[in-house]
Amino acid sequence: MNANDTIIKVLDLKKSFGDIHVLKGINTEIKRGEVVVVIGPSGSGKSTFLRTLNLLEEPTGGIIEFEGIDITDPKTNINLHRQKMGMVFQQFNLFPHMTVLKNMTLAPIKLLGKTKTEAEATALELLDKVGLKDRADAYPSQLSGGQKQRVAIVRALAMNPDVMLFDEPTSALDPEMVGEVLDVMKGLAKEGMTMVVVTHEMGFAKEVADRVIFIDEGIIMEDAPPAEFFGNPKNERLKSFLSKVL
Amino acid sequence: MEVLTLENWLQSAPEWIASFPEWLQNLFFQLYQTFVYQDRWKFFTDGLKITFLVTIGALILGVIIGLIIAIIRTTHDNSKKKPFFLLRFLNWFCNIYLTVIRGTPMMVQLLIMGFVIMVPKSDAGMVVCGIVTLGINSGAYVAEIARSGLMSINIGQTEAGRSLGLSYGQTMWHIVIPQAIKNILPALGNEMITLLKDTSLVSVIALRDVTKQAQNIVSKTYQAYIPYISLAIIYLIIVIILTKLLGILERRLRKSER
Repeated sequence: MNANDTIIKVLDLKKSFGDIHVLKGINTEIKRGEVVVVIGPSGSGKSTFLRTLNLLEEPTGGIIEFEGIDITDPKTNINLHRQKMGMVFQQFNLFPHMTVLKNMTLAPIKLLGKTKTEAEATALELLDKVGLKDRADAYPSQLSGGQKQRVAIVRALAMNPDVMLFDEPTSALDPEMVGEVLDVMKGLAKEGMTMVVVTHEMGFAKEVADRVIFIDEGIIMEDAPPAEFFGNPKNERLKSFLSKVL
Repeated sequence: MEVLTLENWLQSAPEWIASFPEWLQNLFFQLYQTFVYQDRWKFFTDGLKITFLVTIGALILGVIIGLIIAIIRTTHDNSKKKPFFLLRFLNWFCNIYLTVIRGTPMMVQLLIMGFVIMVPKSDAGMVVCGIVTLGINSGAYVAEIARSGLMSINIGQTEAGRSLGLSYGQTMWHIVIPQAIKNILPALGNEMITLLKDTSLVSVIALRDVTKQAQNIVSKTYQAYIPYISLAIIYLIIVIILTKLLGILERRLRKSER
């Protein structure tokens, strides 16, 4: 695999809930090591798009190829591919009945066949990287929002994924905690992690993204590097959107 | 067997009792007959053993059955696509079970199990029959409790588990069920108390639980007052103790989360 190969390929992706057509044919490719930020007004389908990438939402049409395999094929064992796609949620979704360490070791022990000692060593290393090593034995309810989200990120990283999906990771945080989570994500990008990030943090998009995608009304309206995306937007809807948020 | 009379008893009883008014003498006599004479308190303790055994056995069975049904029904209801055939069959079967068990009296279920289906011959067989019948009955009620418990867990928990690559079963077992159990514990405690009281019905299949034993004492003394009032007090004390214990357990569980 060379550094520039395609990790996720999306072809004519469609998703409807009953009569409501949320995604109306999305086409894009995400390359290994790329950081793609997805923005759009609320209700535009950007979260749905992200959630179809690991089939948390099952597409009603189109194809998603992950590492060359069509994961929308019912014969594909999606559990195996999800191990390679970490996901971070707006609401953190830590397991409240487990300590931080247990949150992080459950899946590696059950799915990667790691021993408890191995899994805990990896988990502590990751926690150390995000400055939470001393909270390993805490329960999620004892953590602040920013800490919870950092744990959620390293919980996904403990599976050693090939791509990380972020679904509005800072939207549920108090303003003073947004920075600590974005810092972790920036560090991750610097290490070369492939990331797809749905966010409202325009600063993050400008600074970190390789490409910014604007989704509205269920289709990709603009797809450009951040300098061009913010400096010289072509799409009218994007122009009006940016004028509202910037 | 000779029947003890008040006059006979007063001769052997302490003298100070004879100085009491007649109604009080009578009360003491009945207490003596119910608990002391011929070691009759053992009737109650023997009966309580059966009562506890049946309650605990039926509770365990009921929780297992209830959880299985709840999982089948929530899996069926949550599946976005048309569920596969086996699941639809299981769901259909569970619905029949719930309808039948909740639609017929416990007493009738005991009579049918005891005299039509299982027909136990030995003492142990009767205990098993009692446990199975009450367990099956309780399972129907636990199923609804467990279902509400499973549905009370935020969908984000399932999504987080699935997004890590855990299967539906693993996610249920490690993530959803442990949290659901914590949520349903109060309701499950109520079910246990109901079950304890319902065990009084097993006397219809000749199981010698504490209710049956109280009846046995009445049939010996021809005095219903003290045995039955005592029986009620025994149940009441056990229920009060259980309620207190459940409260402590609940508080403990909540603490582990903080």
